[in-house]
Amino acid sequence: MGTVLNIAPVSRIEGHAKIAIHLDDNGNVEDAFLHIQSLRGFEKFIEGRPAEEVPRIVNRICGICPWMHHLASNKAVDGAFGVKPTATGHKLRELCQVMAHINDKILHFFFLASPDFVLGPDADYSVRNVIGIAKANPELATKVVKMRQLGQMMLERFAGKAIHPIAGVVGGFAKPMLEEERLELKRDAETLLDFSLYSLDFAINNVFSKYMDVISELGNITTGFLGTVDREDGSLRIYDGKQRLMKPDGSYVDFEGDDYADYLGEHVEPWAYSKMPYAKSWNEGFDLDLAAPRGIYRSNTLARINVCDKISTPRANAALEQFRSQFGRPAQQTLLYHYARLIEMVYACERTLELLEWDGITDTDIRAKVEPKAGRGVGIVEAPRGTLIHDYVTDANGCIESANLIVGTTHNIAPMNMSVKQAATSLIKDGNYNEGLLNQVEMAVRAYDP
Amino acid sequence: MGVTTALEWLGSCSGCEIAILNIGEDLIPIITEALDIVHAPVLMDHKYFGQTGEGMTLTIPKAVVGIVTGGVSNHEHLEVLEEMRAKCDVLIALGTCATHGGIPALMNGQDRQQSWEDIFATHTTDPGAKIPTVEVPAPLDRVYACDEKVKIDMQLPGCPPNPAHIAEVLMSLLENRAPVLPGKSVCDTCPVKREGKGDVGQIRRFVTNAKYKADEPLSEMRCLLEQGFLCLGPVTVAGCSRRGAPSCISARVPCRGCFGPVRKDGNQMLDMMNALASNGIDYKSVIDRRSVLRFSGAHGMLKPLRKRPTKEEA
Repeated sequence: MGTVLNIAPVSRIEGHAKIAIHLDDNGNVEDAFLHIQSLRGFEKFIEGRPAEEVPRIVNRICGICPWMHHLASNKAVDGAFGVKPTATGHKLRELCQVMAHINDKILHFFFLASPDFVLGPDADYSVRNVIGIAKANPELATKVVKMRQLGQMMLERFAGKAIHPIAGVVGGFAKPMLEEERLELKRDAETLLDFSLYSLDFAINNVFSKYMDVISELGNITTGFLGTVDREDGSLRIYDGKQRLMKPDGSYVDFEGDDYADYLGEHVEPWAYSKMPYAKSWNEGFDLDLAAPRGIYRSNTLARINVCDKISTPRANAALEQFRSQFGRPAQQTLLYHYARLIEMVYACERTLELLEWDGITDTDIRAKVEPKAGRGVGIVEAPRGTLIHDYVTDANGCIESANLIVGTTHNIAPMNMSVKQAATSLIKDGNYNEGLLNQVEMAVRAYDP
Repeated sequence: MGVTTALEWLGSCSGCEIAILNIGEDLIPIITEALDIVHAPVLMDHKYFGQTGEGMTLTIPKAVVGIVTGGVSNHEHLEVLEEMRAKCDVLIALGTCATHGGIPALMNGQDRQQSWEDIFATHTTDPGAKIPTVEVPAPLDRVYACDEKVKIDMQLPGCPPNPAHIAEVLMSLLENRAPVLPGKSVCDTCPVKREGKGDVGQIRRFVTNAKYKADEPLSEMRCLLEQGFLCLGPVTVAGCSRRGAPSCISARVPCRGCFGPVRKDGNQMLDMMNALASNGIDYKSVIDRRSVLRFSGAHGMLKPLRKRPTKEEA
């Protein structure tokens, strides 16, 4: 009987998980798991609630990406009630969603992931964190804290709440944007755009070039990818578009969100509360086998950067072209999630500015007429952690009859398990392991930002 | 060296942790000087079972201050909470999930077992899937607030909690004084115009926006309850205000009670129905009245509806 190493809690991630590495008698990896520890039951306890209230309930699925749930939910209720938001309502929602992506990326890259690179994967655990960075490089830390705060406060000033938002409403938005608000947001978004370009440069010079040997190995697996692209030109979209499911060889199918159940299924393993979505339409079943995975695709930044044909904003597109010339399409290296994340941050800043410069953004026609009724609606946005699907059926009173949710992170549960196993197997040999190596196994998970 | 501090999250969403970060620039001296953080899964890598995972018992280092977010819904949450209580001198419950159950305690209004079975049988889930039981913590019978399981020294609700209050609580501990926190209702901190005329008889659903002029300040907007929308300001403790108005009101949206009841053990639903009735509003016009308890369903407040006995045929 071998040993089990319980890496718990997996830290500097946004949820609750543990890694269990099973070693055989010779100290080699027999198996490894990422166990997802928590289940709350949102799909069930929103049943019976008036559907227009649900966007203010499901935002509590995630305090880091509450805007994503809030808006996917609003889109789903729009669909169920047969409402088309006004043009300004639609754009105000998108604006908040892309702004929320900016903070999220600063948080993940600098607060959670960067200690592994800036201080090194083997640095002592007591300093290998954002506090350690604040002590080692106070100038960088102050800048990062300021920028994240700026992004949060832009949302809070304009929309009342940054965490657990309320300003998106079925049919559109609850308050219009005043010209002075627009000018303030524009000024701040320009600051964030500069910071996003600085961050990308910082990472290219200090992380991606320095850790290329780790990037070309750690947690690497071969999978397909899922993301959202523009219906017309296939460019990156994060608020609205068509879904694109790509195979490992780069071929893909596009589909409308309403038809998601024809393409995606959810597999359940007895050792994780989270379900594991897989590509049902590939008709090959589900298998986590590292050498011959079946049905496995990934979501989140690297997936979106892989599936899009281009990015509609100039600076992010230039970064995408540079990325593709180095890593190809689709890029499979797990740690490149970080690189893709920073490219998306540039896009989110550029898109924020585009939306703020759109003529109708300060229009007061922000909410369409809404009547609660029976129907079905599927609302999809790209959350930082992946394609987020809210699917509601309402009854004649416009209350939720049933709901099906596929949350961004869950798409990556199966691939994260594969990356954990790949990393553990390649790092731990003949009973030789230490804190630094085990932290590298966690780094393979952290890249996915679960 | 700062005051040793441990942070833990139970059945939570990370929103409270983001609220801590939203303290902003003042956070840097707090985390580098005032506090010495010894355990915090979201920020640092201290592990329960030793740094190489060989230990057998869940261990958190001793700390002067402990901060717990989230409610208690499974055996692992309970184990972590008990360990935090054992190791921390002062234990703070942060956020409405920890103080009153929060949104996850809506599950207390459902048959949990049946709900979980349904979750693993949705139309996109592979047929035959079973509720996971291997190496995942077993659920408790319901969702509990932290003080139902261990002694809590300080309660700081909010969904999310107000960063200014988090900083105030931490500073008050360091300065060995009582924190200054609001105890009034959301209405007491709300600048909108109240005319007090009882011309509303029925509550409307929030499917149309409130009436207001966008370029006029909130003080020119009529109270949302007086406009006929359900607004839980009267029965919710103040604390969300940042720029001089409750957060939701500043987005022209009614309050849904996310800081919990005004009195710690108040019942937001009963208090709200009383408030409506005493103003001549038909409380039965409120659709889904139970969800008035959507933030405070722990402490036995929300229970599954009893199934109506089916009449036997004569």
